[in-house]
Amino acid sequence: MKALALLAAAALVAACANQPKQVAPELFAVVPAPDGHIGTIVVRPASGGETVIHTAYGAERIKSDGSIEQARMSEGEIKQAFAETLAALPGKPTSFTLYFLPDKDELTPESKVELEKMLAELKSRPLPDIVVIGHTDTVGSLSYNDKLSLARAERVREMIISLGIPAERIQAAGRGKRELLVPTDDNVSEPRNRRVEIDVR
Amino acid sequence: MRKAWIIVAALAVAAPAMAADSIGLVKVSKGNVSIQRGSEKLPAGVGASLQASDTIVTGADGSAGITFTDNSLVSVGPNSVFSIDKYSFDSTTHQGEFAGNLKQGRLAAVSGKMVKQSPESMTIRTPSAIMGVRGTEFVVQVEK
Repeated sequence: MKALALLAAAALVAACANQPKQVAPELFAVVPAPDGHIGTIVVRPASGGETVIHTAYGAERIKSDGSIEQARMSEGEIKQAFAETLAALPGKPTSFTLYFLPDKDELTPESKVELEKMLAELKSRPLPDIVVIGHTDTVGSLSYNDKLSLARAERVREMIISLGIPAERIQAAGRGKRELLVPTDDNVSEPRNRRVEIDVR
Repeated sequence: MRKAWIIVAALAVAAPAMAADSIGLVKVSKGNVSIQRGSEKLPAGVGASLQASDTIVTGADGSAGITFTDNSLVSVGPNSVFSIDKYSFDSTTHQGEFAGNLKQGRLAAVSGKMVKQSPESMTIRTPSAIMGVRGTEFVVQVEK
């Protein structure tokens, strides 16, 4: 009698093991950027393995029985399924670059025009916030340039505040010599690398 | 022993300021959208500021778009629950970590500066998988 009960329990366990657990169906897909760039995602299901997806509208589905299926969706299918979601995606940040006259606190004439463009961009966004990012050339140490680039960014931040943009909307950051516009060796004076970038988002 | 106490006191002072650090801003908000922060439920209108560990919740008519400090863009569609389990970004080195968690609903995203610096520093967890982002645009859906 006890043996029978055990057998029944064992059969029940086996039945459970055969019956796949129901999961919420999931979908992962790569969407091409407006400029045509196609990105890459890596999907690692809890059940093991991984899939690298790097084609336009390339997708992976996890079905309700837990099985995994690779798919290629159409642009129309994605745009329909994600209509409200894609419509809510904020606009991409726009970047402006400003240069100073040598040894002066004053912008070059071209940069003054660029600053006007930035102000126009600010007005076109619902709730703009700004990051001012300073960059240096490669003369000097990493930490010296980190500080110098932040000081330049702070100066431009003050300038933008004086134009009437609320201070709490503007962050300053220094990238030092980590992001050269014109690649050079270390300890090279290069005016084009001494710049301030403004991201409006 | 005294030194240890001083460190603890310093951390206690620093913690609230760090917790209040804004990691992103709501730029688009339609319909019913809220931010769950601990036990508080806050309205998530345009201009609302996000913190690490926040959860964005949308109703049947809701959708929201967020810009993060590393320029990542994330939007969620109707009936969605998206939490930001971890977020850090160093604006000097571009090192950081963005661990998002889509519990249900739909998400679209464009990765930002941290992924450009270190691929897969942004991940999206779902009930059945973890997705690493190497860049740049993608969508994720978790049905009910």
